Amino acid sequence: MAETVGATESAERRTRLVKGPGMLLVWLYGVMSVGAVSRSIYQVSTEFDRAPLAYALSAVAAVVYVFITYTLVRGGEAARRAALVCCAAELAGVLVVGTWTLVDPSAFPDATVWSDFGYGYVFIPVLLPLTGIWWLRRSRTA
Amino acid sequence: MLDALTVAVSVAALALAAWCGFAAYRDQPTKDWHFIGMAVVTFLVLVQLIVGIVQLVRGETAEEGTVIFVSYLLGALCAVPIAGFMSLAERSRWGSATVAAGAVVLAVLEVRLFDIWTVG
Repeated sequence: MAETVGATESAERRTRLVKGPGMLLVWLYGVMSVGAVSRSIYQVSTEFDRAPLAYALSAVAAVVYVFITYTLVRGGEAARRAALVCCAAELAGVLVVGTWTLVDPSAFPDATVWSDFGYGYVFIPVLLPLTGIWWLRRSRTA
Repeated sequence: MLDALTVAVSVAALALAAWCGFAAYRDQPTKDWHFIGMAVVTFLVLVQLIVGIVQLVRGETAEEGTVIFVSYLLGALCAVPIAGFMSLAERSRWGSATVAAGAVVLAVLEVRLFDIWTVG
């Protein structure tokens, strides 16, 4: 149901993405952002040499999460498209990195956020982009 | 002391998650009683933060390092209040679902906190 939200004032004229299930989605993306960002800041600043590939990938994941959170909060058609692209990229990332960690574990002395399809995060990393894509497609402006 | 608090917060967080999850299931927004519940849980986490810092000051060390320990304590403190504010902005079942998700996140953080603190 992509009804245009009653324009409270100018800022509201964009399609609000944070309403209904979108609120829950933003919360989960926010949690993943904070988790991934603080994790990669810590790992990159203290022990980057131990597992450069894993930590670099974690940092990429962190950037993607922050960007999606921002676009969801901002709202609007352009942001919705950008978020959709990022959710697809996120899903691809989870699938590629997840498969990669299973096929070639020796490349990853330490885990990334996306290792084993997000096993360490209750599979939220693989479920979140699917939910995100569903929600963003549903909120398309009429 | 810290371990007992960790268990207490985990149980309280899961109870809050079930309660708000039930409200979401019944298609209800968060009500005053839910906010009192959130306040109780947050108070417990605040006590945990203070006790944790006191333990560190008294010279005990967290197994996985002080920085990670304190970060997780602060993260645990923020989880439920932020979800609570978001449920004020979203007066529908989805606000309740957000608080339930926040409480689950808190419970997960508590499990990690236990590992971070405990030796072995």
